[in-house]
Amino acid sequence: MRVLIRAVGLIGPGLPDWSRSMPVLRGEAAYLPSPVQLASVEALPPAERRRTGPPVRLALSTGLQALAGSGLSASEVVTVFTSSGGDGQVIHAICEALAADQRDVSPTRFHNSVHNAPAGYWGIATRSHAASTSLCAFDWSFAAGLLEACAQASTATQPVLLISYDVPNPPPLQQVRPLHDMLGIALVLGEPGKGKGLARLEVELNPRAQNPTRMGNAELETLRSGNPTGRALPLLEALAAGTAREIALDYLDATLVLRTLAG
Amino acid sequence: MQPLVLSRYTLTTSLGAGLSDHVRALAGNRSGLAPCGFETVRLDTWTGQVPDAQLVELEPALSLFDCRNNRLALLASRQDGFEAAVADARSRYGAHRIGLFMGTSTSGILQTELAYRHRDAASGALPANFHYAGTHNSYSLAAYMRAHLALAGPAFTVSTACSSSAKVFASAARMVAAGVCDAAVVGGADSLCLTTLYGFGSLELLSHEPCRPFDAQRSGISIGEGAGFALLERAHAALSDDAIVLIGAGESSDAYHMSTPHPEGAGARAAMARALASADIAAADIDYLNLHGTATRSNDAAEERAVYELFGASTPCSSTKGATGHLLGAGGIVEALVCALALREGFMPGSPNTRQLDPAMRVRYLLESAAHAPARAMSNSFGFGGSNCSLIFARAGVCAF
Repeated sequence: MRVLIRAVGLIGPGLPDWSRSMPVLRGEAAYLPSPVQLASVEALPPAERRRTGPPVRLALSTGLQALAGSGLSASEVVTVFTSSGGDGQVIHAICEALAADQRDVSPTRFHNSVHNAPAGYWGIATRSHAASTSLCAFDWSFAAGLLEACAQASTATQPVLLISYDVPNPPPLQQVRPLHDMLGIALVLGEPGKGKGLARLEVELNPRAQNPTRMGNAELETLRSGNPTGRALPLLEALAAGTAREIALDYLDATLVLRTLAG
Repeated sequence: MQPLVLSRYTLTTSLGAGLSDHVRALAGNRSGLAPCGFETVRLDTWTGQVPDAQLVELEPALSLFDCRNNRLALLASRQDGFEAAVADARSRYGAHRIGLFMGTSTSGILQTELAYRHRDAASGALPANFHYAGTHNSYSLAAYMRAHLALAGPAFTVSTACSSSAKVFASAARMVAAGVCDAAVVGGADSLCLTTLYGFGSLELLSHEPCRPFDAQRSGISIGEGAGFALLERAHAALSDDAIVLIGAGESSDAYHMSTPHPEGAGARAAMARALASADIAAADIDYLNLHGTATRSNDAAEERAVYELFGASTPCSSTKGATGHLLGAGGIVEALVCALALREGFMPGSPNTRQLDPAMRVRYLLESAAHAPARAMSNSFGFGGSNCSLIFARAGVCAF
């Protein structure tokens, strides 16, 4: 599949947004991991804003950043959300309540427990009726989301906004499912030859496992391997460098081979 | 869209295991709902429980996936020669050319609920035998079925609440059209758990009686459990007339509220209109519509409005949730297969437990099953977060390939 990458969104530790992170990804500036500062999503009505936790705020902020970079409006893109898990804080609170005698589940927590909660809030924030899906493939969720987004971009008539996000769980879930820090990465994908873009991307599913492309910087490699959304960092490194590269992205027992070419 | 044939399909719900149980129950207007006796649940509600779900055993090599949800999926996949049909497809296409796309809402969360009752008193840690990735994680269902069916193609779980296993058809169609795979296994499973029972209870959406979709006295949902699967391949001219073909899919977002549908059914209407456009047919070409029809006041009113505006008052429609209960993430596949059975067997299911149609409803709602043979049927699935999906199936005999 061939697609055009029109814009990028990025929020992670020491990676405040895409434009300020490019020098780090090019190796021109030192990588200084610092805690992620998540702004509340102003586009949401105040009552809805108060109900959102870190995963929703991370997903929406990263997606809105990429959308702004593309110059498209929310109603012009279909969305693909992908995450290796749900909202751990919400699941933890529900399971704690269910283990207690009263089994008093909060209705807001219950509707926030669905895997597509960020997609629901995205719709409320942007008022877009465009199609949206929400995927999970455990550690390979970014690769799964990229496959779905590329399949949509190459078969539909609309550009696609892919939003990948992963947020650590509270204990005791964090012990059984450790995730390193929080990270959101978004890509706006379109058809090659339609509009301006950062790079063209060729995606091929190779049924054989290969060694995945890693990050040269040790701390960025920790983020790549420790947070499922981090699997996208070698692609972002290639986009920041602006050069043609081949990247191996591990996907289940197979490999997604990604080739970037100048836009 | 490029049409795909459902070469083999099967489903298991409280109505029974496999297709023939469902044809008998649906044509006979039978319900599988019973007073809730699940686990330690103390709620005044009815459920569509699958009695044998806990009895099946996973293969020892895949024991990390052991949970009620994957057991239910295994029980379903064993029916109707489904596994043999997948094995045959594997030999024709190669395991890596068959995609697998599963829908679930809560996956194996029941394991986590149980583990939280047995946390270490000092550290708060979960018990050592709890396996998060194999059970609770949304991908568990797809990982288990991919291993069980020995497939090696692209795979993921779609988890968009109650539209999950409808949307897997749309994903599979795109993957085949894009050349990522040549065929796909789609399906879904959702099993009873405390999160959904107490969660819908907290929203005051659980009925105290068997749910009554589109009834004047409807008072909320009955939760059910179920699983279903379909093997999808490219449709071709040599298909027999009664082969069932996916000819359209439409997806939309309500952009309105997390747990309440758009009151005018705007998102529902957009999904149905997009499905018709993708099938390149008109509303009048649909002979039967399987509604989402959850039996909440707001869902049924909004959906009725959307259906009436698009189809008018003549297209026969019904919700089968009075028969199966609301299957949440498994509702999409099960109701898609209800449409497939209606098309294949030549009947239109009625609406068990609905006694008196709400006089505000203008659509042609079927209380009793009817012996009219549809040629094209639409299935609606709408979920929390305003996620909507409509699918259109047809008998191959009315398709031009």
